[in-house]
Amino acid sequence: MRVLTAIWEIFTNPAFYKLTLTAATPFIFASLGGVYSEITGVVNIALEGIMLMGAFVSIVFTAITGNPWIGVLFAIFVGLGMAWLHAWASIKWRGNQIVSGTALILLAQGVTGFLMEPIFGRPGQTDIVGKIPELRIPLLMKNRFLAQSIGELSPMIYIAFGCVALAWFIIYKTKLGLRMRAVGENPEAADTLGVNVYMIRYFGVLMSGIMASLGGAFLSVGEVGNFRELMTGGRGFIALAAMILGNWNPVGAMWASLLFGFSEAFANQLQSSPMLHVASSTKPLFNMFPFIVTLIVIAGFIGKTRPPAADGVPYEK
Amino acid sequence: MEKAVELIQIVKRFPGVLANDHVDLTVFKGEIHSIVGENGAGKTTLMNQLYGLLRPDSGEIRIFGQKVNFKGPRDAIAKGIGMVHQHFMLVNTLTVAENVVLGSETTRGIIFDLKEAQRKVEKLSKSYGLQIDPTAKIENLPVGMQQRVEIIKTLYRGAEILILDEPTAVLTPQETQELFSILRKLKESGKTIIFISHKLNEVMDISDRITVMRQGKVTGVLNKNETNVKEIARLMVGREIVFTVQKPQAKASDVVLRVENLWVKDYRKLDAVKGVSFEVKKGEIYGIAGVAGNGQSELVEALTGLRKPEKGKIFLLGEDVTGKPVKELRERGMTHIPEDRHKYGLILQYPAYYNMILGRHYVPPFARGDFLDQKKIQEFTAQVFSQFDVRPNNIKMLGMNFSGGNQQKLVVAREMSAKPKLIVVSQPTRGLDVGATEFIHKALIELRDTGVAVLLISMELDEIMSLSDRIAVMYNGQIMGEVDPQQTTIEEIGLMMAGHKFEEVRRF
Repeated sequence: MRVLTAIWEIFTNPAFYKLTLTAATPFIFASLGGVYSEITGVVNIALEGIMLMGAFVSIVFTAITGNPWIGVLFAIFVGLGMAWLHAWASIKWRGNQIVSGTALILLAQGVTGFLMEPIFGRPGQTDIVGKIPELRIPLLMKNRFLAQSIGELSPMIYIAFGCVALAWFIIYKTKLGLRMRAVGENPEAADTLGVNVYMIRYFGVLMSGIMASLGGAFLSVGEVGNFRELMTGGRGFIALAAMILGNWNPVGAMWASLLFGFSEAFANQLQSSPMLHVASSTKPLFNMFPFIVTLIVIAGFIGKTRPPAADGVPYEK
Repeated sequence: MEKAVELIQIVKRFPGVLANDHVDLTVFKGEIHSIVGENGAGKTTLMNQLYGLLRPDSGEIRIFGQKVNFKGPRDAIAKGIGMVHQHFMLVNTLTVAENVVLGSETTRGIIFDLKEAQRKVEKLSKSYGLQIDPTAKIENLPVGMQQRVEIIKTLYRGAEILILDEPTAVLTPQETQELFSILRKLKESGKTIIFISHKLNEVMDISDRITVMRQGKVTGVLNKNETNVKEIARLMVGREIVFTVQKPQAKASDVVLRVENLWVKDYRKLDAVKGVSFEVKKGEIYGIAGVAGNGQSELVEALTGLRKPEKGKIFLLGEDVTGKPVKELRERGMTHIPEDRHKYGLILQYPAYYNMILGRHYVPPFARGDFLDQKKIQEFTAQVFSQFDVRPNNIKMLGMNFSGGNQQKLVVAREMSAKPKLIVVSQPTRGLDVGATEFIHKALIELRDTGVAVLLISMELDEIMSLSDRIAVMYNGQIMGEVDPQQTTIEEIGLMMAGHKFEEVRRF
């Protein structure tokens, strides 16, 4: 009974929906990154590393310039750089995409950990250096529930949903998108029609770098205003799960991200619910919740989704 | 007459192979010109150069009298050349219209105009009699329809010269006839067509002129009206080809394989083989004819241990081997030439010498204890290579780099050299040219004459008729009847293939 009451309280609390959106936003950005890359046929598990780098770089440049948006801009540059490395290794040199992605994750973890001391003077985490202020929409403030749920949100959340629409438009409504889908499905066919397979794949991977770094920047300057080592905590991988669950479709990936954001927010709320008195030693168990949801959902849906046929297969003329 | 295509002294080398050796080819505007040759004769290589996929090492290409230098397909397309590849170059998840316009999309500003694409496809399909639904997804279309999409793709790009690389290999006889009437219509409207094939009857049917290639060289340019199949075959293979298989009378004796009331389910769990019984004797070829998909594949899989039968018994040399694993069956003397050589016959990423010992890799002389004896393996492979005339004679080449015919020779050589008592042979010559087909037919008869029991399953009625000593016809999972090829006719077998029992057929 107590548990049910606690759950009811969570669902009726408008702040829970804000938390869901906040938790979902990094997934939305990063899973869009996955979609961009894999729809052209390049598997990009480096999302996790690019996010971490994005989170770190945006904090560094916010600290330097005092403007978190400039931090985000630099995060994008670094994300592009890492994505370019991945593209170069896996498209130009036809390297193993999993190996290249893993290398970038390790690189990001190493670099961010190493640079904490020289830049911020201590390992672990930085001080609060500043975050992007929330956007208040006066129209929504009239209703208490709306005001507390979606009345004041980080502008990056709106950007995330804008990116979903943009990705959908690019992939399904432009000739570039048609070519991306063709290259991910049958690069040889596209090649014989004069489509530049390598260029299209570079585009997809670079877009994934932008998206993943935005997801990472949101975690730091968008949400909390500081950087912690390894603060992405596997979100890049959950984003990949969201991409799969969304069947490599940006809108599908968005819904899947919302589901994972929901489960993360739910687990957080449940463990700190005053109704339940969860011992601090058992709290980490609750943190597993989003991952368990991921596992169940993926196990249940994976046979029903279909990856691009040439996903992960290097193209050789 | 205006020359649409002139290839002058084209030379193309690949590592270790001279694929095109000073090739000349002239194609006139408005003709259907066939290029014939065995697998590996260099036809596809030549066409890939004409289409800009490959660049010649030396030589000249002229299109409508104008010298060209293609850097890629895009340049060739711009000069009015279109190619329908042997393996379709279609994106399965996209629609017909999307596939047609890919690379030269219809746009409205930055938006891809799908409606306009569909309109254009519709218009093209009407004007050339190529019925197609522009909104259908490729993966839902039958092969013949997919080929139409390929043709429309070239027409959409304004092709005046169409290259079709073995277009009939994947078609049913009816689809082939439909394709031919489309090609004739295209010819009437002034298009030039280059038709690549090794099916000589089709070449004689559709061509105006024929260029024959062998081992990278042109061995003849013929007018259809002044030649015949025999002459073309001789130019192709370099010697006379015997189209009827000559074989001594079989000396069939003891029963090697006995199948009793066998029932097998397919992958959808539906009955595919429904109570089949027959016997194959030592020293005979027992042929099973039938239209594809009447339970032959499931029967073969059950016999060779790849699929568990539901009911019934299989006896090999008098012993019950029903449901025994592949390894045990092979050890008991059964070998198998599977219908899909890529999926079941070879490990494409392995060199030829490993492929040659698969299934026997764990026994001497190929294994010493738990280790492979590389030297013995390679010696054995080299010997088998020369015995079966596998080309190129390079035992270290990877399975995937052999031509289709030589891949099949690899499989045939392995299965025959394992000294079988029973060999189950499924579709042994599918996709092979006349030379390789003749070779494999001869090898099967020689094997029979050494006292091996041969079970031959084929959709090619000619093959069944000329090789078998006894013929069973399968329809809907059952055997309609068993006949002696000397005392039957194609019509009788055709009727059984259409589902009439032998007794009915004889009453007709």
